Amino acid sequence: MTFIQPTSWPEALEARAAHPEAVPVAGGTDVLVELNFGRLHPSALMDLSRIAELRVWGRESGQVRVGSGVTYSEIIAHLVDDLPGLALAARAVGSPPIRNRGTIGGNLGSASPAGDCHPPLMAARAEVEVASLHRRRTIPISEFFVGPKRSVLGRDELIAAVWVPVATGPQVFTKVGTRNAMVIAVCSFALALHPPERRVGTGLGSAGPVPLPAHAAEQFLEGHLAETGAWESRAPLADSVLARFGQLVAEAARPIDDVRASAAYRRRALEVLGRRALSWCWDEYRGAKT
Amino acid sequence: MVLGRIPGSQDVRVSCTVNGERRVAEGVVPSESLLHLLREHLGLMGTKNACEQGECGSCSVYLDGVLVCSCLVLAGQAEGRAVTTVEGLAEGDELVRVQQAFIDAGAVQCGFCTPGLIMASHDLLRRIADPDDDEIREALAGNLCRCTGYQKIIDAVHLAARP
Ligand SMILES: Cc1cc2nc3c(=O)[nH]c(=O)nc-3n(C[C@H](O)[C@H](O)[C@H](O)COP(=O)(O)OP(=O)(O)OC[C@H]3O[C@@H](n4cnc5c(N)ncnc54)[C@H](O)[C@@H]3O)c2cc1C
Ligand code: FES
Ligand code: FES
Repeated sequence: MTFIQPTSWPEALEARAAHPEAVPVAGGTDVLVELNFGRLHPSALMDLSRIAELRVWGRESGQVRVGSGVTYSEIIAHLVDDLPGLALAARAVGSPPIRNRGTIGGNLGSASPAGDCHPPLMAARAEVEVASLHRRRTIPISEFFVGPKRSVLGRDELIAAVWVPVATGPQVFTKVGTRNAMVIAVCSFALALHPPERRVGTGLGSAGPVPLPAHAAEQFLEGHLAETGAWESRAPLADSVLARFGQLVAEAARPIDDVRASAAYRRRALEVLGRRALSWCWDEYRGAKT
Repeated sequence: MVLGRIPGSQDVRVSCTVNGERRVAEGVVPSESLLHLLREHLGLMGTKNACEQGECGSCSVYLDGVLVCSCLVLAGQAEGRAVTTVEGLAEGDELVRVQQAFIDAGAVQCGFCTPGLIMASHDLLRRIADPDDDEIREALAGNLCRCTGYQKIIDAVHLAARP
């Protein structure tokens, strides 16, 4: 087994081109479990933890570019104002040592339908920046995942960063699990209101083979808010609107029965999460001064 | 870039600072964890191995001052870095306050979880000098104990914060 330890981004891309069989390791919180249990026998490992370029974040024209090697703890500590939905999801991940080590790029790389970053990234309409030695491209988050643990990332590519629009309105993330920490989501839901564009963003986790948007729920709410002038008046939303939104969120799910929950339970839970998330976001919007 | 650092071999040499001392291990397989490096190559048995999947926290150490599960870090990722294990907290025979508090509060039964819980509690008390119950529970959420029922562990953290 070969160990490759690039110390810069260009070196990493060169190594990726020369050794497409090498498994990248960032925080290692997914890969090491596979290695420790003998479920993964790669001929080479490539450590990404020394690449300073991947560990940084910064604002660029209304977006935050979050390096793929940025950890959950860093997101919680530094990005809660700009990216509240992502920060809430980061807080729901694992335990302190997992959050200290696990990265946003590793979450995308694993492409688990239960990955907690994915719903808020869907709701915020984020883009994934990937690169190979010869090419750099950005992929809308909604097109990044193609199946459970599968993404469009090429064998010669690495994830460089995630571009997330700075929040312009309330964002929430909710997750159902058997305890408040250390759980893979039974299901999860993220909602983001984008008042300047009069848009609504959603993302469902553990609700299908890939993270899913609830387009019909978004359109219903956008239509209702436009027709009633509620973006301007900030009037309370009727219970029937909250309920309808929850139903449409649940209808967007394509859940399965598995060890964590039945499909029927997931649908029902998502209906409740959708309704609650909207009431929390709308209360926050009504309370906001600007 | 480093490719199999021992010439002619795929195994790597890892050199890092452990509890303030320079340590070198030869013949480390690239897929070995930092936990294996500490226990099997360096003979430091304070850091415990229970689950090897990040669930129990018994392998917790500081890596460059950051609390991590050593079972989820590649040994090679520790190259050139500083590791502090539970053996490295005390100054000589003088236990640090949180270690003494675990003894005084009766937070140790079989003791298997204790090194990890000491590390996680130490880390918490660096960040929050006087944490409340919720903050303690959140900080220790990744550490499993099969004996104590946790209450005495929470008492120990309070005792360390307010002796
Ligand atoms: C105890 C425990 C609890 C957990 N709890 C949660 C949870 O609550 N929610 C959650 O979502 N996840 C959870 N996880 C899973 C894991 O922590 C996350 O998926 C984390 O984000 C993985 O990041 P990492 O840097 O550790 O990834 P790694 O293990 O280093 O890598 C994961 C995958 O991504 C690839 N990869 C990493 N970086 C790149 C890159 N730059 N370019 C291309 N490919 C890359 C790797 O090759 C690998 O396939 C948990 C894991 C454990 C062990
Ligand atoms: S042995 Fe590392 S968390 Fe259990
Ligand atoms: S004291 Fe026995 S596991 Fe905690």
